[in-house]
Amino acid sequence: MKYVIAGAMVAAGLLAHGAVRAADAQTGGDGLGKYIVGDKRSGYVFAEPDTRAMQDDDFQNPGMVWVEAGKQLWSTPDGAAGKSCQTCHGDAATSMKGVATHYPKFNPRVGKVIDLEQRIDMCRAKALQAKPYPWESHELLAMTTFIKNQSRGMPMNVAVDGPAAPFFEKGKESFYRRRGQLDLSCASCHETLEGRHLRADVLSQGQTNGFPTYRLGWQTLGSLQKRIKGCDKQMRADPHAFGSDEYVNLELYLAWRGNGLPVETPAVRK
Amino acid sequence: MSSPHRGQRVAVVALAFALAAPIAAAHADPLVHYDVVDKAIPQSLTGVPGDPANGRKLVIDRARGNCLACHEMPIPEQDFQGTIGPDLKGVADRLTEGQLRLRVVDAKAITPDSVMPAFYRTDGLYRVADKLAGKPIFSAQEVEDVVAYLETLK
Ligand code: HEC
Ligand code: HEC
Ligand code: HEC
Repeated sequence: MKYVIAGAMVAAGLLAHGAVRAADAQTGGDGLGKYIVGDKRSGYVFAEPDTRAMQDDDFQNPGMVWVEAGKQLWSTPDGAAGKSCQTCHGDAATSMKGVATHYPKFNPRVGKVIDLEQRIDMCRAKALQAKPYPWESHELLAMTTFIKNQSRGMPMNVAVDGPAAPFFEKGKESFYRRRGQLDLSCASCHETLEGRHLRADVLSQGQTNGFPTYRLGWQTLGSLQKRIKGCDKQMRADPHAFGSDEYVNLELYLAWRGNGLPVETPAVRK
Repeated sequence: MSSPHRGQRVAVVALAFALAAPIAAAHADPLVHYDVVDKAIPQSLTGVPGDPANGRKLVIDRARGNCLACHEMPIPEQDFQGTIGPDLKGVADRLTEGQLRLRVVDAKAITPDSVMPAFYRTDGLYRVADKLAGKPIFSAQEVEDVVAYLETLK
């Protein structure tokens, strides 16, 4: 309930400040430098000035509602062990700083690469003895957004060598694999056609440094896997399940393509 | 592998499927055979003249042709037309009817790495959404309708 109210306040603030911020964005230079690293371009670069302005201002950014919610959950005890995340990890601003830049990451306990969502649920199950948060639940999105937000501005830096290598190769194969009734690959749109118009959309590189992301089109915040499912559907392909190895390996490949881009979570996109 | 063979192979697969599973086959729509001559399909797929008005609807429909996702076309009431393929204004001055037909049926028979989908093909695809599996995007008559519409773009 609290979040609903906070959301309404964000929306009200948006009406009041929208015009002013759009003007700022136009006069303040393009300010895009940090979102371009070599030939890597964040989705921010392709976004409308109004959308960028909304992301840049924490009072306007609707994704901050999830950061706040995650912060609450961090210190709230849950599960049979009677612990909270804070019990072991202390202040997230210190202990979680930079952590999300390395995810997806190889986890020796399960012998495969896992994403941040899965790492959170692993601590919930083992350390808190609590039920894992379901995929795309408000709680999992809130915790993921909160933890990744602790790395905001830091460069993405996933490892793809050593034990991660075979998972990276699978993700790469998936990125280039044509699929669906339209017989397209991720690369068709996000590599070959970068910058072109697909109907009303300008195709970006499909970078992931801003996830979980608030999408105006969804009118809510969503995970990277939700976005990938949406792209699979655009290709009229059968999407994989949330949490599937296929998607996690693909997430690793996508993150590597964006190594060096700053974490923007929570980004705002159309 | 040439497209006539592809057409035949699809027909054979469809027949085998019909023998094995007569109930499912009642809904299947096997692709008609066509011949590719000099990067064109000179013969109509159905022998029934295409309806350009229906073709125009199909090129706009986002769940069907969705050609405007990638192409600009002289359809002024539709905003936000794509810039991925060439503008199709005047395309019938550049290409023959047979070339337009192959382009719609199977663009990859012309440009193997094209991003343009094949609108009348069901083989060689991976992980097609369940409800669309085994079905081409257009029926043979719809291909003719779209070709008839493209023919008006002079
Ligand atoms: C009982 C202590 C304990 C509790 C409670 C706990 N964790 Fe952990 N957590 C650990 C340990 C131990 C590790 C492994 C540290 C390592 O790999 O260096 C870890 C690792 C992590 C990591 C990965 C860090 C990295 O650098 O890869 C994340 C993210 C994380 N925990 C999140 C959480 C969240 C969210 C909660 C609350 C739901 C939580 N943890 C609760 C003990 C705990
Ligand atoms: C038919 C074209 C198309 C294909 C193919 C496609 N996408 Fe997308 N994708 C889009 C559009 C349109 C958007 C929204 C605008 C943009 O950022 O490009 C998008 C956005 C994204 C984003 C969000 C970028 C951001 O900055 O928020 C990611 C990540 C993404 N796609 C990943 C993928 C993956 C992974 C695949 C392959 C499974 C894929 N896409 C295939 C069209 C496509
Ligand atoms: C995913 C993007 C995409 C979609 C959807 C698409 N096309 Fe294309 N089309 C292209 C591209 C790219 C080309 C350029 C040649 C190539 O690369 O194959 C092209 C070429 C063409 C040409 C040849 C134009 C010329 O001047 O040579 C025609 C005709 C055509 N498309 C018609 C259509 C029709 C009709 C539809 C819808 C039924 C459609 N296209 C849907 C991408 C697309």
